[in-house]
Amino acid sequence: MNIHIKGGRLFDPTNKLDAKQDLFIADDKIVGIKKKPGGFDSDVEIDAKDKIVIPGLIDLCARLREPGFEYKATFETECYAANSSGITSICCPPDTKPVIDTTAVVDLIQQRASETKRTNVFPLGALTLGLQGEQLAEMNTLKQAGCIGVSNALAPIENTEVLRRAFEYARSCDLTVFFYAEDTSLRNNGVAHEGQLSTRLGLPPIPETAETVALSRALLLVEQTNVKTHFCRLSTARGVKLIQEAQAKDLPVTADVAICNLHLTEMDIADYNSDCHLQPPLRSERDRQGLINGINDGVITAVCSDHQPHDVDAKSAPFSLTEPGASTIEHLLPLLLHLVDRKEIKLEKAIPLLTSQPANILGIDKGRIEIDKDADICIVDLDKSTNVEQDNLHSAGKNSPFKGWELPGQVSHTILNGEVVFTRE
Amino acid sequence: MSEQINIDELLTEMASSIKEHTGRSGHEDPLMIGIKRGGAWIAKQLHEQLGYSDPLGELNIAFYRDDFSTLGMHPEVSPSQLPVDIKNRHIILVDDVLYTGRTIRAAMNEIFDYGRPKSISLAVLIDRSGRELPIQADIIGKTIILNEGEHAKLSGPEPLALEIKQTG
Amino acid sequence: MTGNTIQLDNNGNLKHFLTTEGLSQSLLQKILDHAESFATVGDRPVKKVPLLRGKTIANLFFEPSTRTRTTFELAAKRLSADILNLNISTSATSKGESLSDTLQTLEAMHCDMFVVRHANSGAAHYIATQVAPHISVINAGDGRHAHPTQAMLDMFTIRRHKKEFENLRVAIVGDVLHSRVARSEIHALNTLGVLETRIVAPHTLIPKEVESLGVHVHHDMDEGLEGVDVVMMLRLQRERMRGALLPSEFEYFQRYGLTGKRLEKAKPDAIVMHPGPINRGVEIDSSVADSERSVILQQVSHGIAVRMAVMAMTMGRSGDDMEENE
Repeated sequence: MNIHIKGGRLFDPTNKLDAKQDLFIADDKIVGIKKKPGGFDSDVEIDAKDKIVIPGLIDLCARLREPGFEYKATFETECYAANSSGITSICCPPDTKPVIDTTAVVDLIQQRASETKRTNVFPLGALTLGLQGEQLAEMNTLKQAGCIGVSNALAPIENTEVLRRAFEYARSCDLTVFFYAEDTSLRNNGVAHEGQLSTRLGLPPIPETAETVALSRALLLVEQTNVKTHFCRLSTARGVKLIQEAQAKDLPVTADVAICNLHLTEMDIADYNSDCHLQPPLRSERDRQGLINGINDGVITAVCSDHQPHDVDAKSAPFSLTEPGASTIEHLLPLLLHLVDRKEIKLEKAIPLLTSQPANILGIDKGRIEIDKDADICIVDLDKSTNVEQDNLHSAGKNSPFKGWELPGQVSHTILNGEVVFTRE
Repeated sequence: MSEQINIDELLTEMASSIKEHTGRSGHEDPLMIGIKRGGAWIAKQLHEQLGYSDPLGELNIAFYRDDFSTLGMHPEVSPSQLPVDIKNRHIILVDDVLYTGRTIRAAMNEIFDYGRPKSISLAVLIDRSGRELPIQADIIGKTIILNEGEHAKLSGPEPLALEIKQTG
Repeated sequence: MTGNTIQLDNNGNLKHFLTTEGLSQSLLQKILDHAESFATVGDRPVKKVPLLRGKTIANLFFEPSTRTRTTFELAAKRLSADILNLNISTSATSKGESLSDTLQTLEAMHCDMFVVRHANSGAAHYIATQVAPHISVINAGDGRHAHPTQAMLDMFTIRRHKKEFENLRVAIVGDVLHSRVARSEIHALNTLGVLETRIVAPHTLIPKEVESLGVHVHHDMDEGLEGVDVVMMLRLQRERMRGALLPSEFEYFQRYGLTGKRLEKAKPDAIVMHPGPINRGVEIDSSVADSERSVILQQVSHGIAVRMAVMAMTMGRSGDDMEENE
């Protein structure tokens, strides 16, 4: 299939590309920018006038709920929701049921992805068997089966010796560790940031140190083992500083933040809004500012949806008894553009957070508009807006904390491997 | 609509009617109880004029109203005060306006929760039309005919004044 | 402000009673005024008024508490309501659906009010969002969040002894971190306009940024009690001694126990309160608990009148009540 995208503003800051030029796609590759390649005959023409054309987005963390939680969501519903936000690649954490600690589960996920044909799916393998934090998982086998990195997801590794060895072994396999830093003892069954709001509502608190103590421990082990480590879902300003110091010491560390933590704070829990029950928790406004600064200073190089679609029952209970997580995948781009509108992040800084930079973290050759690269493309109308409403959510999870928000930008087309997988009516 | 009503005059007449009524019925040494708020104001004046030795009782019928579930708690309930044991006493119950009769029913229910009186007589300043229950007063200051939608309301305690208002 | 939108109906009347936070001073005073009226009912030969005749109230206790349940039960009975006592083990409702199933079952039985006690903060609030519009919810204690009827009976007791709130200094002593009573007391005291609310406890028992609730924090007991009019002691759960919060009952009593000598720091007419049950020799010395300064037993009997007032106010709401609006 040959696609001719006409009249759009091609925008790929990583390649210093910002120009009104046509884009030509043949089969699954980009074959021409500005100039039509010889012999190109278009099957499809897309009018991108007054729109921007950017690389297909890469979401570093989304749960598609298969296998094990099909009652919450499925590949079909979530990958379509992802497409509606311009996402073409998704990295999945290993906390499925069963856990991604055998090749069988990796195969299953890849099979489901190829059946769905809506996004590229990159699974992370388990760092420890069953995410139990005791015995190392067969990381090399998982890598061969197609895992792009290893992670213990949100499960703790309490034994520091096990963590050290897991880091060392991952390095031997040349795998990046995706590490979520949280000290279980300090968290102490908390459900909300330790601060004004948890004090007022009497919610068991999670101190800042639950993140920073775990982060410090892991950073010291990274220093010792020199394993490539990506720190997932930073939530505190202090945590950003720790990563910054580590990067200044040339440790091989990167970091991301979930989109919710860039918009919301502890105060949004207000009257026990369970849609704002997240892990890591929403923290203070000072922390939110710190995360934004972390992006602008280049410490945090990726933003992810941390999409966690839930069934209604999971969110219908007293706050502490609800399951953490928010349904965010289909608003990832508009939410980021909202920060651009509010002048918290510049557009040329924002787009790489969802394209070339997560591609670098995953070590995949994607997220750019360049000749001979994979034809994963997203076309966005910046003048239109996206309204978040319970009834128009594509995701099976209706647990969006942004209901009622009007967000800037609307994705009109999503192209995956040279196929148009989403067109807005 | 403003027919001037001289309340002081009515009270003096009522006091002598009460004296006559209790004498005729042989109700020695009765106990006077006013229904809050207007009835209590009237009762205070009558109580002084009649010179009863037992202190005046005041009844707040808020907890006994039959319209509670639609009208809710009355905004200004101060507690009932019955300083003397009412058991086996002759009671003169005083209210400002006798209308549907529901207030009197509630008041009698409440009185019985304090004990079993020997008798209850009812004295009202105004007896107006519109009764919904088989209740009538023994002593009446003045009888007036009002249409539906007209209300007689006593304001006080100083000075006492009666106002006829259109509502609805 | 938390709870505010859901607690009041369109006319500003109390629909649910979930927290003392965010309610106006006049509404809190109104609760106390009504409670004064209901207090007289208990002194009569017939200790019952027909106000809630024909109404059904369900005591939904997801966490056992005989004392609180009994006072709510007695309050309901004095208002002539029918009362159902349901003790529901939280293990049966650890999943959300069974809690809503429980609620739907009770609604089908035509209950008019739920009195809710739950180990998780926000439980009463959650239930209030789930029930049919005609049903009122009263919070009888949710996690660490709120215990508004306890706070109001404490305010009632203070008002009876001190008349006005304006010039009072009040010290709340003990485990503020885990205390729903303390949180509700702090909001009520500050709304009613006391001069100063202090909390006195070791750092381990004080929640973070508690000053944002409008209190002064003291870690020294003698300092905290200096010149106060009211000392409100909190109950210290014995299981707290086993964790990392406190070393021992002995050491806690040494530093934060209320003794006669310590009480001398307070004003000569200061009253001593405690929500009960008391741990004698842990948070309070027996001689103080039994002294004439102690109003602990009065608190218990005031609890019935206050709960009657709140039940009557939430169940009897006028559709069109101009006089209610200030």
